[in-house]
Amino acid sequence: MPLTKRIIPCLDVKDGKVVKGTAFVNLRDMGDPVALAARYAAQGADELLFLDITATIQERKIFLSLIKSVARQVNIPFTVGGGISSEADAYNLLSAGADKISVNSAAVKEPALVSKLAKRFGSQCVVLAADAGMQADGNWQVYVNGGRKNTGISVLCWIEQAVQMGAGEILLTSINNDGGRKGFALSLLQEVTARVQVPVIASGGAGSLQHFADVFEQTGADAALAAGIFHEESITIPQVKQYLYKQKIPVRL
Amino acid sequence: MKLVIVDYSAGNTCSVIFALNRLGIAPVISADAAEIRAADKVILPGVGAAGSAMLSLQQNGLDNVLRSLQQPMLGICLGMQLLCTASDEDDASCLDILGGQVQKLDAPKIPHIGWNDVYDLRGDLFKGLPENSYLYFVHSYGVPVSRATIATAAYGQSFSAAVQKDNFYGVQFHPEKSGDNGLLILKNFLNL
Repeated sequence: MPLTKRIIPCLDVKDGKVVKGTAFVNLRDMGDPVALAARYAAQGADELLFLDITATIQERKIFLSLIKSVARQVNIPFTVGGGISSEADAYNLLSAGADKISVNSAAVKEPALVSKLAKRFGSQCVVLAADAGMQADGNWQVYVNGGRKNTGISVLCWIEQAVQMGAGEILLTSINNDGGRKGFALSLLQEVTARVQVPVIASGGAGSLQHFADVFEQTGADAALAAGIFHEESITIPQVKQYLYKQKIPVRL
Repeated sequence: MKLVIVDYSAGNTCSVIFALNRLGIAPVISADAAEIRAADKVILPGVGAAGSAMLSLQQNGLDNVLRSLQQPMLGICLGMQLLCTASDEDDASCLDILGGQVQKLDAPKIPHIGWNDVYDLRGDLFKGLPENSYLYFVHSYGVPVSRATIATAAYGQSFSAAVQKDNFYGVQFHPEKSGDNGLLILKNFLNL
């Protein structure tokens, strides 16, 4: 059997609680992060992603202690992102028990951050998160600051640059698809997975079991991430895995 | 039981600590030669690169301490690779306990990240674990299959998922992150 495709629940954390919005706004409370993480691990999640979607210093401390509790209770890998802008930020999170760190806006502002982190901690624990927004001409550009600001930079160019600088994995979110539950951005994922030789996590748009099959059958994505559908239990991780297994897509059951 | 995790600033040891805590063990984190020698079991963790990891071990005089251990020692991920003679990563000379050369994985996508099955399981470390069980891997380099291989995995090519020579054990996957399967392997190590 080959390497399996990963299903990754994403936990957006604000003020110590999991929240979920649509297209990065209208946040709703989804409960306790540690309890949710433990539930997902028990259900067969392959990995978890925690995003700190606030970044004041006070909230940062809460987030760090939360990450420690997660590491104590959950025995599957997890990535942490949100507001990481220095080696010290990354070090604190890795020391608290995170397995990988994900960088986004700060890396766009200072691309050398990616190489610094890769050199110090190894490429395998540096995830580049890119928020992609489709333009009127069909091209995808990189957005920063939680999807609010268009940088005008081409997504493909940025991802290629980040991989050259040592990013070991790409978390690619389509802002257009996020929260819409109409499927992943397949054409974007096809383009990106054809261009880079590191694993790519597809994010934004999962709404049905078939959407997960589509992203693995039609693109080179290595993992698929979802939030709202899992938090609400409109679709569960075991359902996704069983469905993919029946479609002969390699998954860990 | 006194279990020492070798402290050589190779990154993240807390996941290993938490996993051992779940098994009722409170490990000691130490870079002290006497303390490591006196342990019942030793774990050599490892996240990072071979060159800087070896340098750190040498600076603390721990390379010779590790080579001379008689009790069961488990190297995890980079900690397993360091048991070899040398690594292509940073052209590093390693501990040379096991022989062999650590090589960059030959696969379409590097790093190898995720859950892969393991097969041809041998010995007490894998007692109770079915063939083709899934374990969590994160690495770019691997140890080729050899006489020391006690578990194999395939990604692009086949490589050693685990090795053993005498009292020295190494696992390429992360047992501390591999759910219940990983916990079983750690438990087996504690029972050696």
